[in-house]
Amino acid sequence: MDKKTHKDPAKTSAELPSVDLNPPEVQPQKPPAPPAERTIELPEELRKRTVKGPGGVEIEVEPLRDYYCEAPPTVMPAAYSKIVEDLFNWARAESIWILGFGTGCGAIEMRPLMTPRYDAYRYGIQWRPTPRQANLFVISGYLSVKTLKRAIRSYEQMQNPKYVVGLGSCTINGGMYWDSYNTIKRLDEYLPVDLYITGCMPRPEALLAGFMDLKRMIRAGEAEGANKYAEYFDWYKANQKRVIKDWDMPDYSW
Amino acid sequence: MIELYEQLKQRYALGEISVQRFDLVFITVPRENLASLLLYLRDTEGFTHLVLLTAVDWIEDNKFQLTYLINNRESATDLGLRVIIDRDEASMESIHDLWPTAATYQRELKEMFGIDFPGSPRIDEDFILEGWTEIPPYRRDFDTLEYSRDTYLERPGRSTSDPAQHMKQLFYPEDKD
Ligand code: SF4
Repeated sequence: MDKKTHKDPAKTSAELPSVDLNPPEVQPQKPPAPPAERTIELPEELRKRTVKGPGGVEIEVEPLRDYYCEAPPTVMPAAYSKIVEDLFNWARAESIWILGFGTGCGAIEMRPLMTPRYDAYRYGIQWRPTPRQANLFVISGYLSVKTLKRAIRSYEQMQNPKYVVGLGSCTINGGMYWDSYNTIKRLDEYLPVDLYITGCMPRPEALLAGFMDLKRMIRAGEAEGANKYAEYFDWYKANQKRVIKDWDMPDYSW
Repeated sequence: MIELYEQLKQRYALGEISVQRFDLVFITVPRENLASLLLYLRDTEGFTHLVLLTAVDWIEDNKFQLTYLINNRESATDLGLRVIIDRDEASMESIHDLWPTAATYQRELKEMFGIDFPGSPRIDEDFILEGWTEIPPYRRDFDTLEYSRDTYLERPGRSTSDPAQHMKQLFYPEDKD
């Protein structure tokens, strides 16, 4: 192969147009949406009600308060000494467990990674069926508002330390759905993105390169998305609630 | 298909016919005749499959056009029945009793166009959208671009280029015209 034209796939994500992944305090805030034409009611199972227990005891139930933890997430401080934190980060980087939740077209490109041809497992990367066991959430393409709702809940159910990777143009600036009435355009307004992988859709090699970058970031202690989410929690919640108009879930679902 | 049209014409008031292909024909029918016509076509003429039910927004005429596309598997022909209804307070008789699957189309039309089908199962429940508060998004007076600008924050720096021009620039920059 011609050495000069050969492009190191690992470089692809380093060549990203620089996007600011930090939630800035002074972002152009949109005014709240005008009063809705239609008032949205909570679904019946989430409304406050009284239920009859055994022996005729009446119990007041308020699902959104009673069934979920209400405490917002907190910032996780680093370990007491740098060398220990480095050890932790090394361990974290070597076991990246992805939540098997595909949104948008890009989810198709994750399948080949699980097969022998690309075999992501050799890098300590594997897919898990539940958020409880995962520490990486790959948002694999456009997110409709309806999916965003599920994505937020899934993300919040993942345990620290956790990371988010945005896959494809749709997560960066809306991609070809930039004028859609139903898809969000900037993922980092709603979830703390650690890394973006460009392309529409990115090939499995690009994903692998992205994962390698993510590993480097984790080892360097730079993948601090979850802490950012905790720190700017109100900012994220406000953004989420602005687009999810029928907010019928707890603010934070552990 | 033309024979069928002639034959139907003797029993029902039919509007204009448009022949798309030898196996695809559209007929405009008055809304009162639709249900009986569908029943007759389904049970007697072998059009047993409802392919789709969809709407077109003729905002200039203040009308909606509903298209019921049915298929005859024996003869591999498709017949589209068009019904024109008023756009204000749009409402149409439900045909979920003829094809249960029609209920799903009708829910979609209710949500996306705001056409009501009284009596259709679960017609008032959210279908694809959740918590939609604007006018139904497939109506032509709904401006999706404006809505998406107002609702979802954009990342600055997005640019668009015409693919033909871009490739020309890339490969034949010296070619001018
Ligand atoms: S970036 Fe392209 S491939 Fe990915 S979700 Fe968007 S349109 Fe689909």
